[in-house]
Amino acid sequence: MASDLFEAPDYYNLDELLTDEHKLVRDTTRNWVKKEISPIIEDYAQKSEFPMHITKGLAEIGAFGPYIPMKYGGAGLDQISYGLIMQEIERGDSGIRSTASVQSSLVMYPIWKYGNELQRQKYLPKLASGAWIGCFGLTEPDHGSNPAGMITNFKDKGDHYLLNGAKMWISNAPFAHVAVVWAKDENGRIHGLLVERGMEGFSTPKTHSKWSLRASATGELIFDNVKVPKENLLPNKSGLGAPLGCLDSARYGIAWGAIGAAMDCYDTALRYSKERIQFGKPIGQFQLQQKKLAEMITEITKAQILTWRLGLLKNENKATSAQISMAKRNNVHMALNIAREARQILGGMGITGEYSIMRHAMNLESVITYEGTHDIHLLITGLDITGLNAFK
Amino acid sequence: MKILVCISHVPDTTSKINFTEGDTKFDTNGVQFVINPNDEFGLTRAMWFKEKQGANVTVINVGGADTEPTLRKALAIGADAAIRVNTVPADGFSVAKQLATVIKDGAYDLVIAGRESIDYNGGMVPGMIAGLVGANFVNNCIGLEVEGTNAKVIREIDGGKETVSTNLPLVIGGQKGLVEETDLRIPNMRGIMMARKKPLTVVEPSSISGETSSMSFEKPAPKGAVTLVSADNLDELVSLLHNEAKVI
Ligand SMILES: Cc1cc2nc3c(=O)[nH]c(=O)nc-3n(C[C@H](O)[C@H](O)[C@H](O)COP(=O)(O)OP(=O)(O)OC[C@H]3O[C@@H](n4cnc5c(N)ncnc54)[C@H](O)[C@@H]3O)c2cc1C
Repeated sequence: MASDLFEAPDYYNLDELLTDEHKLVRDTTRNWVKKEISPIIEDYAQKSEFPMHITKGLAEIGAFGPYIPMKYGGAGLDQISYGLIMQEIERGDSGIRSTASVQSSLVMYPIWKYGNELQRQKYLPKLASGAWIGCFGLTEPDHGSNPAGMITNFKDKGDHYLLNGAKMWISNAPFAHVAVVWAKDENGRIHGLLVERGMEGFSTPKTHSKWSLRASATGELIFDNVKVPKENLLPNKSGLGAPLGCLDSARYGIAWGAIGAAMDCYDTALRYSKERIQFGKPIGQFQLQQKKLAEMITEITKAQILTWRLGLLKNENKATSAQISMAKRNNVHMALNIAREARQILGGMGITGEYSIMRHAMNLESVITYEGTHDIHLLITGLDITGLNAFK
Repeated sequence: MKILVCISHVPDTTSKINFTEGDTKFDTNGVQFVINPNDEFGLTRAMWFKEKQGANVTVINVGGADTEPTLRKALAIGADAAIRVNTVPADGFSVAKQLATVIKDGAYDLVIAGRESIDYNGGMVPGMIAGLVGANFVNNCIGLEVEGTNAKVIREIDGGKETVSTNLPLVIGGQKGLVEETDLRIPNMRGIMMARKKPLTVVEPSSISGETSSMSFEKPAPKGAVTLVSADNLDELVSLLHNEAKVI
């Protein structure tokens, strides 16, 4: 891939809304991505392989659990910092951002919020340092948008729980050391269980032939009479609200992340449009190309403001799930549209691995589906404003 | 060992350079500022002394409040404390005098400055500080080791290297080679959080004013268009060089 010339657009001087610390967090991540992700990512995506070696770097810069308190190995940063880290990592690649999101919001977050002190001490420092990688098992082969219908379940066998069932589409599954698994107890109530690699009856086959998020590993979690020690149940929250709480945190990060992917596509297309000459002029001089570029920067700017405001609400613990849904839906859709338009601006070059755009476009097809599909988020907003449930 | 690393706050090398106020002031609009690269090599070497020899590292900048993010970044990378001398630098000599005051008060053993800053490229401050505080001085350093009060310094000379033996207190003008580019550190999130608790002391300048001031700046003339002359048309080339470029 050509060298990373990325310059971040800031059309409304939003930098003035950030603190010096936020900017340092962002620039640090941006530099790290330029140095460690951009030079290698195209190769790994082409090979459909997760660049395992970068988990060490992600941990070192602090991308695993940025908002988790320092005493558990996190950095204790605020939510805007977390968002900016996700934005910059996804500017590099949505798959790498997925790994960081899952580790922070879907694995460390539930252990921190729903776990007991022993569980926090046991898992969080290992996850923050990248010594362990985690995954999050909610989706099942027959239950995607409707997780409440899950069939994975556990029975109380006195000194342990017996877990059975299967999860599908699980990011990081093929190599995760620990899985946060959502399963129903004998009364049909959903609980989180910490299932470790090596437990008998637990396997994690890899999902092959993806055209999207190729640099992120996806797999299944299969539980065939797995004996899970009783101390591995997350005690402090149960019910569907528990996994949904994790999703709120991850979706919030995705809302920021999508801006990163969009910025990268826009920046690439803008530069290309000034350099590519057709009919004796740079193509950026043609109105049709300007329309695309002008609409892109407008949409990016709107998304930046939306997300910044959401970050303030999140810092004050006031962001609602529905507000987060709106930002996730809007921003991912915006990014996917920009990726498609930007790809056209590059003509034939746009389909090659010389540029990041096609990779972003393909990645965003997953991002618009996972963590609540584009449709489901619309139904969440619909329910929120009408009070009428259109899910079922 | 008490180390003071002088940190200059300079425009990123990719910045577009413009001047305002009738070409008398540098236009900072839209410019990203970074730690002066030569100082960053020095800071990274200082981190080595901190980690391997227990040195205490303070960073210093002479500048306005707008330079504080650069000092915070140095703290996030690992420096123990920061000092900002609250005055907008006028020229190299006045900066050196401000630094010398702090160095004398703080009794630093080793002062690591950059060989030059990449904004105005004066390259005078380190030598001047050494003169003002009466310390030893080695410029263009590409290697530095300290054992007790003895220092071994490697200096770049034309086409080669010179190894110098000297004593603390010492001032060096450092550059790439003190550490390599791959050794440079990006601060991490924990470092950024810890930097919050580290002292950044603002000291008022001693009453020294600059003896020089900029009257105007001028940018090099923009590059003209390229004229291609075919290899068999030497007469045209000669005529262009003579009549248009006026170089022969
Ligand atoms: C690369 C990748 C990584 C993933 N990582 C994880 C992970 O780490 N952990 C995890 O638990 N899951 C993960 N997922 C799963 C993801 O969250 C699900 O794919 C998603 O929730 C959608 O479920 P589904 O694929 O079963 O689609 P379905 O739920 O079958 O949806 C199919 C279509 O029907 C629509 N639809 C469904 N219900 C309704 C309704 N009521 N009204 C209108 N339309 C509806 C949907 O919007 C969609 O368009 C991942 C998915 C992918 C692709």
